Amino acid sequence: MDLFASLGLGFSVALDPINILYCFIGVLLGTLVGVLPGIGPTATIAMLLPITFSLNPETALIMLAGIYYGAQYGGSTTAILINLPGESSAAVTAIDGYQMARKGRAGPALAAAALGSFFAGSAATFLLAAFAPPLARAALNFGAPEYFSLIVLGLLVSIALAHGSIIKALGMIVLGLLLGMVGQDIYTGTPRFTFGLRELFGGLNFVAVAVGVFGVAEILRNLENEHEREVGVKAVKNLWLTRDDLKRIVMPVLRGTGIGSLLGVLPGGGHILSSFASYSAEKRLSKHPEEFGKGAIEGVAGPESANNAAAQTSFIPLMTLGIPAHPVMALMIGAFILQGITPGPNVINEQPALFWGIIASMWIGNLLLVVLNLPLVGLWVKMLSIPYRVLFPAIVLFACIGTFSINQNIYDIYAIAFFGIVGYLLIRFGCEPAPLLLGFVLGPLLEEHLRRAMIISRGDPSIFITRPISATLLVLALAAVLVAVLPSIRKKRAEVFVEED
Amino acid sequence: MALNASRNDLASGAIFIAFGAYFALEALRYDFGTPFRMGPGFMPVVLGGMLIALGIAVAAKGLGKPDKEAAPPWPLRGIVLVLGTILFFAATIRGLGFIPVVLIAAFATALSSSRNTWLSALVISVGLCVLCLLVFVVGLGMIVPLIGPWLRF
Repeated sequence: MDLFASLGLGFSVALDPINILYCFIGVLLGTLVGVLPGIGPTATIAMLLPITFSLNPETALIMLAGIYYGAQYGGSTTAILINLPGESSAAVTAIDGYQMARKGRAGPALAAAALGSFFAGSAATFLLAAFAPPLARAALNFGAPEYFSLIVLGLLVSIALAHGSIIKALGMIVLGLLLGMVGQDIYTGTPRFTFGLRELFGGLNFVAVAVGVFGVAEILRNLENEHEREVGVKAVKNLWLTRDDLKRIVMPVLRGTGIGSLLGVLPGGGHILSSFASYSAEKRLSKHPEEFGKGAIEGVAGPESANNAAAQTSFIPLMTLGIPAHPVMALMIGAFILQGITPGPNVINEQPALFWGIIASMWIGNLLLVVLNLPLVGLWVKMLSIPYRVLFPAIVLFACIGTFSINQNIYDIYAIAFFGIVGYLLIRFGCEPAPLLLGFVLGPLLEEHLRRAMIISRGDPSIFITRPISATLLVLALAAVLVAVLPSIRKKRAEVFVEED
Repeated sequence: MALNASRNDLASGAIFIAFGAYFALEALRYDFGTPFRMGPGFMPVVLGGMLIALGIAVAAKGLGKPDKEAAPPWPLRGIVLVLGTILFFAATIRGLGFIPVVLIAAFATALSSSRNTWLSALVISVGLCVLCLLVFVVGLGMIVPLIGPWLRF
């Protein structure tokens, strides 16, 4: 099937009125949680996973994807208006966006962010459509050793791009892998770490772990120091860009799209990294770098394009290999599995309507987002005045009810409380939660492929380095760790990752 | 307290060691197998050992390097009320039913913020109860008793 026929199929799915409705709900919710600091797309998608269970697979995934890229848009609104990134990747946007807002140019800043995001999102979705099928075909030749090496690569790259201590990140991955082993052993059926509870035989509930570590832990973190937000800008006027503004943002948007598309594919937070990379690139290339930090429109347009492009291309490893590039993608895997679909290279052949439908819906979603964000910006400004003390009881309750409704299993709720407190302690002591969740999702896959590979090789571990693809992947993984420990990169990482999620 | 070490590193190291030790020790009771045919105990023992080693490394790295910033205050009220609410929800959702549990749980969680008064917590809990009923029971058709068997006479 050629690309255009496939896209035709995709649009026929995406333009179904029900799917458009849920795409709209997705981007609306995404913008909402992107705007509100203290609740991010990860926790939201975790809470909504159970709700999507009753929907069609296409509809469910279209909505969840919409939440994710919608949050990238919403995050920039908060960054520009109150100098607080609603979403971690918008931290850079706050630098120049807020300065523009203070000079009364909030309108153009928002417009530049939205238009840049729209262009980048659309272009990167096209890349996704073009590159995913050949990659998926290549991945079909992968055997157990290749998959094992690929998962190792994914896990280790996520450390290189995560912030904070590398040993701690490694520890979080291993802890995640171990937690993923709770439940019956796949080969022998031996129950492991279940405390004799039948309810744990199927493993820990993914939603409970995600909601605990990202939702509850975050709430406890916010309750440490309560303070109210201040909205400096009450009304936004003048959304139009001048001709001069337009001229200034064309190149940054193009460059940002390129940088973001490339980095988005990398596991472990490519969308955050890409906005920083784009910002420093623009500053270096600019004819008047002194304006940066004082309200340069390039400093808004570039990073915003970059993080949106990355948000779209981070679907590539998920849809072709079944490997999540970051926690939100790990949740998407959970959504696939809830629908009875194993994510990976087979999805494109076995579920073409689903695959192309999701891709086509991204264009529609991006279009909806421009409409939602520009004319309705006043509404989002109002949203910012909802106090956190009203918000967080809602988060806790939605988490409990949502998780309970999946399996009607009360042990899942106890698991939320357990992972809430463990997650809170670990975050407080400087460990990142994202690698843990990645390890948790990939743990069972890693064990399965390792054991299968060892059976194929009759117990000879050299199989991982004698098969060329597997060896290449492992070398890349090693390189990722080496790069992360190199002193010059370490310093850069410290500068880059100053914000919190 | 004059502790010449990073409290954060020591604490996270200790958490890693505790988890690693639990998984490794528990997994020793399962069949370890051979590299050719790995048993259910193989991966957990290896990974548990790695986690213990990483925990020791994290703790060792923190020695002699005290944290620069003072630790933020512990949100004790939040921890007790938020976690307590979740446990309460799990323990009573089957017995008390949806409406009473949501009302009480929302009220208690709202009180964990020092900015909520009794009155505002009450308003929040009633509002949330209506919202959750609409979203989950009416909207999504969740099957749960609204008033549980414990409250029926």
